[in-house]
Amino acid sequence: MPNDIWNTLMNLDRRWVYLVIGLVTFLPILVTVDTPVQITSEVKSVFDRVESLPEGTVIMVPMEYSPDTMAELQPMARAVLRHCFSKGLKVISTALQIQGVLLIEQDLRTVANEFDKVYGEDYVFLGYKPYPDIVILNMGENFRLPFPNDYYDNDLDDLPMMAGVSNYSSVACIVNINATSGVDSWINYANGRYKADLALGVTAVIATDYYAFLQSGQIFGLMGGLKGAAEYERLIGRKGVANKAMTSVSVAHVFIILFIIIGNVAFFASGRGKRA
Amino acid sequence: MARPGWQNKLKQSCRVPAYLLRILKAAPKIIKAACFIFFICISVSARQDTINHSDSTLLLSEERLLAETFQQAPPADIRAEDQPNDPGNAIIVNWNLAPGDNDKDSLVSGYLIYRSDSPDGDFELVSTLPIGTTQFTDSGDHLVNGKRYFYKVASVYPVDTLFSSVSGAAVPVPQFFNTRLIPIFLFMLLFSGTTVAFIIQAGKGRRLYVRPIAGINAVDDAIGRATEMGKPILFVPGLGDASRVATIAAFTILARVAKKVAEYQTRIIVPNYDPVVMTICQEVVKEAYSSAGRPDAFDPKDVYFVTQDQFPYTAAVNGTMLRERPATNFYMGMFYAESLILAETGFVSGSIQIAGTDQLIQIPFFVVACDYTLMGEELYAASAYLSQEPQQLGTLKAQDWGKVAAVALMIAGVIVYLFSTGAGNSFMTWIMGG
Amino acid sequence: MRREVPLTIVFVCGAFMAFQYFVPHHVSATIYQYALNWTIIIGIFTLTVGIGSLINLHYDRISKRKERWQYSIVTLVALAYMTILGLLSPNALQDPKSLLMTMYFYVLSPVQATMFALLAFFIASAAYRAFRAKTLLATLLMLSAVIVMLGRVFIGDFLTGWLPEGMRFSDVARYILDYPNTAAKRAIYIGVGLGVGVTTLKIILGIERTWLGGGK
Repeated sequence: MPNDIWNTLMNLDRRWVYLVIGLVTFLPILVTVDTPVQITSEVKSVFDRVESLPEGTVIMVPMEYSPDTMAELQPMARAVLRHCFSKGLKVISTALQIQGVLLIEQDLRTVANEFDKVYGEDYVFLGYKPYPDIVILNMGENFRLPFPNDYYDNDLDDLPMMAGVSNYSSVACIVNINATSGVDSWINYANGRYKADLALGVTAVIATDYYAFLQSGQIFGLMGGLKGAAEYERLIGRKGVANKAMTSVSVAHVFIILFIIIGNVAFFASGRGKRA
Repeated sequence: MARPGWQNKLKQSCRVPAYLLRILKAAPKIIKAACFIFFICISVSARQDTINHSDSTLLLSEERLLAETFQQAPPADIRAEDQPNDPGNAIIVNWNLAPGDNDKDSLVSGYLIYRSDSPDGDFELVSTLPIGTTQFTDSGDHLVNGKRYFYKVASVYPVDTLFSSVSGAAVPVPQFFNTRLIPIFLFMLLFSGTTVAFIIQAGKGRRLYVRPIAGINAVDDAIGRATEMGKPILFVPGLGDASRVATIAAFTILARVAKKVAEYQTRIIVPNYDPVVMTICQEVVKEAYSSAGRPDAFDPKDVYFVTQDQFPYTAAVNGTMLRERPATNFYMGMFYAESLILAETGFVSGSIQIAGTDQLIQIPFFVVACDYTLMGEELYAASAYLSQEPQQLGTLKAQDWGKVAAVALMIAGVIVYLFSTGAGNSFMTWIMGG
Repeated sequence: MRREVPLTIVFVCGAFMAFQYFVPHHVSATIYQYALNWTIIIGIFTLTVGIGSLINLHYDRISKRKERWQYSIVTLVALAYMTILGLLSPNALQDPKSLLMTMYFYVLSPVQATMFALLAFFIASAAYRAFRAKTLLATLLMLSAVIVMLGRVFIGDFLTGWLPEGMRFSDVARYILDYPNTAAKRAIYIGVGLGVGVTTLKIILGIERTWLGGGK
């Protein structure tokens, strides 16, 4: 009975949906396919800005992600850091989310080691302090207010790179890689109150919320999720995890659309559409 | 072989010696050879310069060429002045670009900023800046209010570093009012004044209409359902701290829900993400039980702290839903990526779900998975709607007038933009069919 | 007095913080800084209240042998274990091979990543169950979602590559994000902003008092 099929589909056990999504995200990882990735203007503008900075310029790359969101943001953070270090820029970083501090410290150190960068001369990690809103406000006055010492307990004034670097006005721009609600604080305080040039790298699920800030000029660039990371990897000419995962993302998108179509066809074919 | 006529004539008339004629014939070859020797000498000389200065990226011959093109000079017109609208801890230094500072093949490699508290004293290096920079803000606690500071800027050339003359004295002075914020200040006064005016007006007994909010109207039914089913109610106050307005609005709804729960003699569970929020929630629920005349029925262990970690908190709340199978779930406050994980689990456990958040990204997830959703300001309005206090309702009216003002400002802004850029004239021409 | 004292403190502090924003003088900045530091200190101390609540709750479950009380033992042991581990090895953060770091990278990290990954499954099941073209507006919403999803990956342009530039899925997706999406969000932002302003004013003036523990 065709009607039975539609009713079965309408009452499909959600675990079948979970199984299909699990398979379509996992299986493409096993095969190597170079999925095309179109470069968007919002990611290109982050790349162009970093690319335009002369060697020795100080840039800030605060990172707020933790193990839960690292699948999306770690490739992005590493791509941005690789770009900065390859250009000879000096990087200041913070980790204002407690669960991510160890992860972010490891990421920063790993990428810096790839380029033989020296801690204190080429990069500085300020670490974590609670209450990100207040820390971001304080750094607008002076990095030394919330962080008199860095993550490794060095006095900031003892680090050669920090000489003459006092607050946001001393850094060329901020590229904030963030999976938390703290993104709003960077926009409101670092850009709004202290007029810092800000770009964002966020998870795909919240990226749509920040297009309004891109259009208003409050941020000069935006990278959303794995797609943003894959674009940046391509721009720096070093395809990594994000590009590899784009096949899974693309196939999963198609399957979610198929689910929506099947759900709607079943909805109307089973007669529930008329009742609704 | 006969000689040409002109050569014979020349020979006869001028009697030019034969050796001269041979020299004339060989002239082109001699010039070529001379040129060859000259270029060999030049290239050997340039190579010698390169060897002598192997550390330099520029050949000296090129440097000389550039130096001749751009006359090397220090940055000119150094001006240092107090930064306005600050606590008196910043000085802005401006200068003109040094000759040769351009984007392409710049001869200048950067600028050095020096500071001293005396024009003749020792100058201390405070910053190194890239090419193309014409301004530096010296700020920080090292600058003392009322003290005089002098600046010098040096342009760094491949061979020389050239220092400018000393700037005039700059004195950092604190200001009592930030003049750049005057529009915001005026808007704040206007908005606050309007709100207070409406509160006073409402207090005088003027009746104000508030449109029904379905999510709030459903609260009583949802609690009645829980009582009938003999199951508890789960109230999730979100991931915001107590300073967030959405969390404060959640307290108001919790007070109402807890009071009804106490009246209907059912149970409420409140898992918390923030310890301060937990303390307030405990107080709110306790007070609600007292006002319902059942203070002994309140169990403080039903309002508890879980963790300040997003996904462990989500896991704990999901576990509570699947174990306790609450009849109704309330999600009120600030939610992030966990919103759909919570709401889908609630759907699976068969609960009626009412959500309210001002987190725009999460609203679509709640709309899809919950029965009722309070969107953005509806959550804030819930307080006034539930209490029906005239003063609270008055504030909603002020909010509406605020929106009217915002729309009017937007329209004015669009008109000004259109006509100031000339786009308006083209638009009008197009409207008039021109 | 139980109500008047906190309400007075809220009024004074709220009014000060509102006007402080407009006063750049260092005296105002110093007081502001002092207030921010106090917020951090109080926030950290309140965590002890939370941990106390957690221990109390699970101890109660174990002592009264409530349903699935065994899990409460796991919670308390894990809490004690990580606390002791951190206190006994203060330099553990600098050593990637320390036990604390091992726990972080090989226990906490995969568990947290798994929780976030659940979102993908729930989005799919919610889309299948609830994304219905019941009305014209719901249909438009669904079409927008499909275009944005396809436009964000290469398949969008693969399907519509034959169309002129500006008409392809990636272009339409960008248009949807830039204009209808931004316009709607700005409208809600304005409403939320005014709502925040009014609620703050109600708290400062003492009209909104539920945060004090309910009622008037």
